[in-house]
Amino acid sequence: MNQWSFVVAAYAVTFLGGAGVGIASYAAMRRAERPRK
Amino acid sequence: MPALHALANPARFQKIARPLTPVLTWVGVVLIAVGAWAGLTQTPPDYLQGETVRIMYVHVPAAWLAMGGWSGIAMSSIAYLVWRHPLAHIAARSIALPGALFATICLVSGSIWGRPTWGTWWQWDGRLTSMLLLFFVYCGYIALARADADRGGNGRIPALYGIAGSALLPIIHYSVVWWNTLHQGPSIGIAGSTIDRSILWPLPIMLAGFTLFFAGIVLMRMRAMLATAKAEARMARMARI
Repeated sequence: MNQWSFVVAAYAVTFLGGAGVGIASYAAMRRAERPRK
Repeated sequence: MPALHALANPARFQKIARPLTPVLTWVGVVLIAVGAWAGLTQTPPDYLQGETVRIMYVHVPAAWLAMGGWSGIAMSSIAYLVWRHPLAHIAARSIALPGALFATICLVSGSIWGRPTWGTWWQWDGRLTSMLLLFFVYCGYIALARADADRGGNGRIPALYGIAGSALLPIIHYSVVWWNTLHQGPSIGIAGSTIDRSILWPLPIMLAGFTLFFAGIVLMRMRAMLATAKAEARMARMARI
């Protein structure tokens, strides 16, 4: 298999995982800090 | 130390955390983007590993954050047990999920790197097994802290677990020295690095970027927990009236 396939797979796992936890944490923060009636 | 105690005041923490969260997160994202661009396009392939050496720029920061994250949990747990600062407990709980995620990324990216380099996806050697144990320890902490919070616990048991789990950190660090493993020995130390500078230079950029991004995520999670606790306290007060 082409070496670049392994490189792309490793970066994809890292960036998807990082973006996922970043977006989930941001959404949880916005939801929690939203003013409540 | 007095400055640390002053920061432990939730209102003061919120005042500092609000402007700091986007700064840390976005500076982290920019540094990661620059580091990834440099690592993928501006460095030569390794004479032995070829292009797969570029996996180092995501694998090493992930390992650094997985271990650094648990160091943060252990230090926060000590602060919670000694000074009883509720923010320390919230900080430890906020680190757990991103820490577990980066332990997973470290294991998966290492496995992907291992296939073309060692000819296998997985090997039960000292470094890989101890890092897998750290991932399980993270999972245990997340479950324990959640169960403790659900039952109205005081956070003492998760804090003790956080301190006990730190025994794994020197085992992971020295695993490649103590045992003859498939994983390479330490190549970056205080004295310098055995990696050629033409390949090494994007790594500090990635390390700085991922660390700032991680700190931004931890602040987001701390703010969410603090706001939830505040809302729950308000509801409890209203229920008593």
